[in-house]
Amino acid sequence: MSHASTSVQDRPVPTPPAPVSSLSSRTLPRLAPLGFAVVSIALGVGIGAAAGWHSRVQWGLLSALLFLTISYVATSVVENKRQAKDRLATSLVWVCFLIAVVPLASLLWTTISRGSERLDGYFLTHSMAGVLGPEASGGVYHALIGTLEQVGIATLISAPLGLLTAVYLVEYGKGALAKAVTFFVDVMTGIPSIVAGLFILSIMLIAGLEPSGLMGALALTILMIPVVVRSTEEMLKLVPNELREASLALGIPKWRTILKVVLPTAIGGIATGVMLAIARIAGETAPIILLVFGSQLINPNPFEGAQSSLPFYIYEQYKIGEAASYDRAWAAALVLIAFVMILNLVARGIARWKAPKTGR
Amino acid sequence: MAKRIDISGLSAFYGSHKAIDDISMTVEPRSVTAFIGPSGCGKSTFLRTLNRMHEVTPGGRVEGKVLLDDENLYGSNVDPVTVRRTVGMVFQRPNPFPTMSIFDNVAAGLRLNGSYRKNALADIVEKSLRGANLWNEVKDRLNKPGSGLSGGQQQRLCIARAIAVEPDVLLMDEPCSALDPISTLAIEDLIGELKERFTIVIVTHNMQQAARVSDRTAFFNLAAVGMPGKLIEIDETERIFSNPSVQATEDYISGRFG
Repeated sequence: MSHASTSVQDRPVPTPPAPVSSLSSRTLPRLAPLGFAVVSIALGVGIGAAAGWHSRVQWGLLSALLFLTISYVATSVVENKRQAKDRLATSLVWVCFLIAVVPLASLLWTTISRGSERLDGYFLTHSMAGVLGPEASGGVYHALIGTLEQVGIATLISAPLGLLTAVYLVEYGKGALAKAVTFFVDVMTGIPSIVAGLFILSIMLIAGLEPSGLMGALALTILMIPVVVRSTEEMLKLVPNELREASLALGIPKWRTILKVVLPTAIGGIATGVMLAIARIAGETAPIILLVFGSQLINPNPFEGAQSSLPFYIYEQYKIGEAASYDRAWAAALVLIAFVMILNLVARGIARWKAPKTGR
Repeated sequence: MAKRIDISGLSAFYGSHKAIDDISMTVEPRSVTAFIGPSGCGKSTFLRTLNRMHEVTPGGRVEGKVLLDDENLYGSNVDPVTVRRTVGMVFQRPNPFPTMSIFDNVAAGLRLNGSYRKNALADIVEKSLRGANLWNEVKDRLNKPGSGLSGGQQQRLCIARAIAVEPDVLLMDEPCSALDPISTLAIEDLIGELKERFTIVIVTHNMQQAARVSDRTAFFNLAAVGMPGKLIEIDETERIFSNPSVQATEDYISGRFG
């Protein structure tokens, strides 16, 4: 059969014009975007240098614009309009991603490189007692203790409160009361930290109380509760209703169903939410300035006397304005970022450990 | 301890919408009663009124009487939690608790009710898993999570969980609709065994299944979409499938509508 056909087609057949296939068409090589990026960065740097622009930001933005244009034009010439739009969208996503990541990476890099100069065991275990601004000694111990205690107290108060509020909203709440609670939680999310601080300050003045770590912790509580409520609420809503029904149908009372079935299923996400809320309040400065007053001395008692805290310490050292104090501020910033980072890792660990298991 | 259920004048509502209207029937003990009918005719709603799960749905409301051996489930002093311990339920989609092991899933009803003796727990779990024909498949991995089982095994796990609390009645809401034919067969065999000990009510869309497993069959229908579902007739399964007394039943069963 095939033999016969070859003999028929023995004479030279005119090569058909480019195969008119409906499924395949010309495509750019897979690494083309990388090439576009290299070309546009080179162009951006070249034009920027030639025009004598000082700001590297301008060079970067020009490169980004060139990258978008080149990808779009090249793709629409080689491939087609639809592919070009697709490429444009992809490139835009990449450019936005890079623009978002650059400041973050730069911030991390600066903090680590400048903070690690002063960060050592001595820095972590000594306070600023008797240390004058320009002296290159002193440490962060008193501020670290302050942050741990204030954040700890705030968490002890707001985690149970927030958790129970979320349980109420998801499992029990209906009607006007639940709507009102949701509304006020939303409003609380937007409270500036200085306002929370002023609120506690006014109570402090009325009740004739002295500044202490506890007062700062109370202001942090106001900031933390709505975050905990919000995240816990979302996590509880993710628990399938079938699990609640399965439990109720076994004759398990509703409160035990919530305690033993709903909460364990969502505990990973709830823990992550609480940790993120802690990370948020750990960096608050304003309420601490108002309510904890700041101190150079180690004061392990959060219920009496002034304390310090990491963000307050950074602010204080920056204000001194000496080379040695700048170094201390950067090192303290690094400690604060490390603290938040560790909390995040712990939260991820808990989430993975507690996540509903699927393995055999 | 299987019990008889007498339902009289039962209507169920979602908010202001009436889902089922004025249903009266008797469910015999130690037998399988199947509910068939087109989608939306209120079979599942009716089933859920039999262990007071209907009122768990927001807006769910019930009128009428359900007598479990002469005790009204909707009496004023009746605690729905106690009702659900007496009338167990198996759902359409297998729903083992994802945070619990196979053992804990079966033990969940007893443990969370707080009504068990510690040393008897292992025996009850084994008995329930044997009762659900699952023991041989899982006895070596009782501590593994229940969600790692196959769909059919998960459904049998849910049945084991339901029978572990020794209910009098077992309600099954399309227990095989998410399963393959082999798992379905396993569960149908199981239903045949369980009816020696329990009163079983099963909702199914599969008429062959109703014919295979049930002793009595009830046919539900609704006049039009949005209208409440009604009980058309209930009779011996054999009679429903060979010589029903209502024309609509015959039309439904022979595939002329629905």
